Amino acid sequence: MDKAKKGWGAWLLIGIAVTYMGFLIVAPISALIVGAFEEGLLPVIKSLTTTAFRQALSLSIRIALLVVIIQTVLGTMVAWVIVRHNFLGKSLLNGIIDVPFAVSPVVVGYMLLLLFGRNGFLFPLIEKTGVQVAFAVPGMFLATLFVSLPFMIREMIPVIQNLDRQQELAASTLGANGWVIFWRVIFPQLRSGLIYGMTLTLARALGEFGAVLVIGGGVQGRTETTTLYIFRSLEERRLIEAYSASILLGSFSVIIVYLADALKRHQMTRNALGVIEDSFTAKLKIE
Amino acid sequence: MESALPLHERSVGWRKWVLRFPSILYLGLMILVPLIVIIQDGLSEGIAELVYQVSLPIAKHAIQLTLWTSALMTLINAVMGLITAYVLVRFEFPGKRLLNAIIDLPLAIPTLVTGVMLVMLYGPQEALGQFLSTKMGIEVIFAPPGIVLALLFISFPFVVRNIQPVLQDLDLTQERAAETLGANSWQTFWRIVFPALVLPVINGSLLSFSRAIGEFGAVVVVAGNIPLRTQTAAVYTLGAVESQNRLGASAVSILLISIAFLVLLMTNLIQKKWGAH
Repeated sequence: MDKAKKGWGAWLLIGIAVTYMGFLIVAPISALIVGAFEEGLLPVIKSLTTTAFRQALSLSIRIALLVVIIQTVLGTMVAWVIVRHNFLGKSLLNGIIDVPFAVSPVVVGYMLLLLFGRNGFLFPLIEKTGVQVAFAVPGMFLATLFVSLPFMIREMIPVIQNLDRQQELAASTLGANGWVIFWRVIFPQLRSGLIYGMTLTLARALGEFGAVLVIGGGVQGRTETTTLYIFRSLEERRLIEAYSASILLGSFSVIIVYLADALKRHQMTRNALGVIEDSFTAKLKIE
Repeated sequence: MESALPLHERSVGWRKWVLRFPSILYLGLMILVPLIVIIQDGLSEGIAELVYQVSLPIAKHAIQLTLWTSALMTLINAVMGLITAYVLVRFEFPGKRLLNAIIDLPLAIPTLVTGVMLVMLYGPQEALGQFLSTKMGIEVIFAPPGIVLALLFISFPFVVRNIQPVLQDLDLTQERAAETLGANSWQTFWRIVFPALVLPVINGSLLSFSRAIGEFGAVVVVAGNIPLRTQTAAVYTLGAVESQNRLGASAVSILLISIAFLVLLMTNLIQKKWGAH
């Protein structure tokens, strides 16, 4: 804070923090970038155009997009119910939302195997309907849905709490019905939170590894997502392919999260400015 | 009373359940059912069998390795997270904005990619890895230091991001008063600043611990899968599932879930007891 008073102690602490983060976070990221491009750009591009990688990437994207859509609709609904409704068992509902954060991804995959596997509790149901869940895409979808469940809800709860109820009341007084109020009054206030929650969910879904490995089995061309492709490439010592896919997946996730973060900040400053402006004009009117 | 609410919220009876029922169903089916099934499966042969399964040498070693590497990570993370947050809030220096932006990187990077990055930096064929192993005798990859590094990477934001807002809101007048009364900067930190930060530090640390014991992607690449040496509990569970060792997989899974829940419960209790004032 005080620039004049910053003695050697302050510089020592700054040095420690910078060194620590450099060695812990920046060094490994640089190692990945340097290592992947060691032989130039061409091998990287070549390894990203193979059929195996394209299939894996397309499966990842399909699963992640479906998960984002469902999480957006149901997550917003759950957040709404938790903020606006009061009922018995609500605190239990609120308490279990964070469970996916605490369960190991491997255990998530295993739980789904116990449900849908050959000796699973729901196996009779599967035999009847003929829908394969274990070692198939539907199981991987469920696993991804489980691990990414808290993001949207946790993002939307404070957003819904901060909604301006005066506006809803006003719209209602002016005769707007529930749908009109939702789309014209509530939804615009939810938008930036929704985008941020969707982005976090997307990044988490694309990066999921342990759970989809256990429930999907990682069969090339069938149940192999991008992370499983990276893992198989590592094990088969096709390093350049593993590194290239890692760079692509890592940089994509980082870019979308930072873009969404910037958007959210932008929205927040605009809202804050709007509030100041409102109070300013209100004050002018009073005077 | 009801008429004070906007028209669309004055709904009665079944209309409330249009949103409420699917929400309860969604969370119940997605979260509670799998949890109940795994607990039922693990306890189906009795508690004694569960205890026996987790005390088998390979399982026991995997659990112990997971616990001590996670605990060591938590300790380092608490200290370094505190320093980093303090530096970022209280000091101005070139590159501060960049540093602040880097903190969240571990949250965005998939954990498997984290593992790949660490192997590329410390791997036995890489320059740094070779230097450390031949000149200093330190093995990082396929050894416990690699596990701790991977866990430190993935959980770094938890402590920092817990402390930062508290430190920002801290009343500077108290510190000024202490300084005026002749306290040096160490005394001011320990007597005024630190007590306010204890809670967020504990919170962030417990969070990172519960996150670490279940970590798989980063650890499996860095540690490999060597039973009795570098196999962690999550990796052991994967092996048990693949070799059809259902009892072993269920037992270790339940233990992992129980520890994580206990830690989260502790966080909540601490928050309730001391967080109010």
